[in-house]
Amino acid sequence: MVDSQPFLSPSRDVLLPTSYGSLHDGADKPDRRRRRPIKGLVAVASGLLMVALMAAIFGTKIRHEDPTNGNVSTLSSSTLREQPAAVTVKPLSRGVSAGVSEKTNRLFGGENSAAFPWNNSMLSWQRTAFHFQPEKNWMNDPNGPLFYKGWYHFFYQYNPNGAVWGNIVWGHAVSKDLIHWLHLPLAMVADQWYDQNGVWSGSATILPDNRVVMLYTGSTNESVQVQNLAYPVDPSDPLLIKWEKYSGNPVLVPPPGINKKDFRDPTTAWLTSEGKWRIIIGSKINKTGISLVYDTLDFKTYERLDGILHGVPGTGMWECADFYPVSEVSNEGMETSANGLGVRHVVKASLDDDRHDYYAIGTYDEKNSKWYPDNPKIDVGIGIRYDYGIFYASKSFYDQNKRRRILWGWISESDSELADVRKGWASLQGIPRTISLDKKTGTNLLQWPVEEVESLRLTSSEFNDVQVTPGSVVPLDIGTATQLDIVAEFEMDKKALEETAKANYTEFSCSISGGAWQRGALGPFGLLVLADDIRSEQTPVYFYIVKGSDGNLKTFFCTDQSRSSVASDVNKQIYGSFVSVLEGEKLSVRILVDHSIVESFAQGGRACITSRVYPTRAIYGAARIFVFNNATEATVTTSLKIWQMNSAFIRPFHPEKKRPSN
Amino acid sequence: MKTFVMTITTSSLIVLLFALYTTQSRASPANNAIEQTCKRTPNYNLCVSSLRSDPRSSDADVRGLALIMVGVIEAKAKETLSHIKDLIKASPKRDEKQPLSSCADYYNAIITADVPQATQALKTGNYKFAEQGTDDTENEADFCEKSFSGRSPLTEMNKLVHDVAAIAAAMTRILLSS
Repeated sequence: MVDSQPFLSPSRDVLLPTSYGSLHDGADKPDRRRRRPIKGLVAVASGLLMVALMAAIFGTKIRHEDPTNGNVSTLSSSTLREQPAAVTVKPLSRGVSAGVSEKTNRLFGGENSAAFPWNNSMLSWQRTAFHFQPEKNWMNDPNGPLFYKGWYHFFYQYNPNGAVWGNIVWGHAVSKDLIHWLHLPLAMVADQWYDQNGVWSGSATILPDNRVVMLYTGSTNESVQVQNLAYPVDPSDPLLIKWEKYSGNPVLVPPPGINKKDFRDPTTAWLTSEGKWRIIIGSKINKTGISLVYDTLDFKTYERLDGILHGVPGTGMWECADFYPVSEVSNEGMETSANGLGVRHVVKASLDDDRHDYYAIGTYDEKNSKWYPDNPKIDVGIGIRYDYGIFYASKSFYDQNKRRRILWGWISESDSELADVRKGWASLQGIPRTISLDKKTGTNLLQWPVEEVESLRLTSSEFNDVQVTPGSVVPLDIGTATQLDIVAEFEMDKKALEETAKANYTEFSCSISGGAWQRGALGPFGLLVLADDIRSEQTPVYFYIVKGSDGNLKTFFCTDQSRSSVASDVNKQIYGSFVSVLEGEKLSVRILVDHSIVESFAQGGRACITSRVYPTRAIYGAARIFVFNNATEATVTTSLKIWQMNSAFIRPFHPEKKRPSN
Repeated sequence: MKTFVMTITTSSLIVLLFALYTTQSRASPANNAIEQTCKRTPNYNLCVSSLRSDPRSSDADVRGLALIMVGVIEAKAKETLSHIKDLIKASPKRDEKQPLSSCADYYNAIITADVPQATQALKTGNYKFAEQGTDDTENEADFCEKSFSGRSPLTEMNKLVHDVAAIAAAMTRILLSS
């Protein structure tokens, strides 16, 4: 349904009574004066009837002057007349089993909790040491990542005016290694009618002759979503500081049948066998999320293909759609146009409805421009997520420098907006991850922090074969614990695994469980990060094994925020999911701790959880790390290596230096 | 005489039909939008009365109604902040000083951060940010109320802002899931 008018429209006047009066005063009839007086009485009676009717109609307009006050006692007569039974209906949700909270950001500490008296020391601790974030203000989606003339480029949705979303423009930063970033001036601002209400997300395409083109969504002066073309002013500038918008913008406007506000986030283009460039743009029709397909030769004029690449009913608006190939045989990434034998294609969407990123692996039928999931039961939007914590609006790109596909993801805050305003900033980017097909399962991707993050590793501590008996907590003496890279393996007592009785329930989910304090026979066990000495604050990252009624073991991987902070105005959910553990595999986890962000990767990146935590005591020198085992029946043996992590010294680029020091 | 009576009768019938028509037109899509939308919010009565007091609501779709609702949040939040400032000036009791100061912060956040974010998000069709802003408004109003250990001088106003924000948040969820 096309939204054609802003809601403001001229008020409709009810017809005025004078027009009715004229039916009866008969002034236009020349012989009226000669009618007998009784007709005059009838006329008056009719007139009174008229007035009464008009009053009834007009009466409903008088309510506009009624002020609304707290106790709603000012219902007008018309409302009383039409009053249906008052119904309290809960807002719609997609259901707890889909991991969706009823209220997206309202999972705070409960009905009786006041806000925490945050002080500057606690708030300033929250800034990260090695995750990308601008110096201040709000950031959201990653945009147009690319590698060009020796530099990795990163653009992002940015509010130059405050720590909440709004007034969106494109920020820009460069790095030699995806870790040490240098801030550059804003790449694009809202200076055209076609992006006046927001320079929104988009993607870069590098043409075979190494030219760069950028497609992005603009929210026009009338809040219509359109696609625009931009390119570097000076391709010989490796820093790509200045950008130019095509004079013929917009290059795409919402097509017929698509809502003007459901048309955004164009992808990187890939070459078809006909030599055309093809992109998809996410949208929706009713509640079906879809991907529209466009072909172009010059990025200026486009041909819309019939139908869609793919859509999934019930998933709602597809934001930040992504489409890319992965190799079944190689561990390297594939450039976006790759196709052929041994290539699978991934379709990904960010679901506006629940703020999670979903992907599915399938087959691309290039001829018909269609894509089919390998397993429709876990199709896009109803199956696998990139990350089971906070991770949204993600975007991948092919890094031709090291031949890998890299994934960026926006990590928002999960504290109150007042806290964001106080600290003057909001949001992070996750550490960029390489993506590849999991060759062992064939049915999911693996994500792993880029190897360059390891260049931040300083001193390490190693712990070998630590036995953690049921119910015990073991402190790990490593010094401060706010910037860490942890690699850990766990092995459960084999006898306990075999002898444990089968559970009489099969339904376990991290989010509806009792967290790290719900003791089972075979779990939970794992690490407590950002904990203080007395563990009044702690963030468990852990495994929980369940033996199903069929005797098979199922492993879950969770992060529990419920006691991560004594503050109540922060998110307290438990994140996580099932994770496949194959024959012969030990349980393994990698955790990056960087102040208020904890990123965890299980089984080599088969399941990932990103969490934002805001401790008030387990900060600075008071932060500690422990291993724990809350299982009732099984001892766990663990070996770990923990590195202190250096800062990435993310700062503005200073052109007066001949060579910026990384 | 006959023609005269006929004329009167016919005219009355026309008028009556017209009156019925205009009454009927209040059950037109515009008003239906208010009822249908308010049924899906936590407080039907407050929703309807808040919307009806704004003439723009008669022609608005759900997005327009949500924008009106955010305007109500802004108005009520500003009234509350103004009242808080008056209370602060009037030498408050010891156990009210800190809570009042905190409340000023919470309401400032609502007015300078939540409301502009929700407004821009609704206008441009990026509804999840509107949901975030209205959800956060509920929280900030709650935090203000909870910051009083004793009796709160702001209970009614906090409850109103909370309730109005909850209605607006429900509307943003309708927009997201429709």
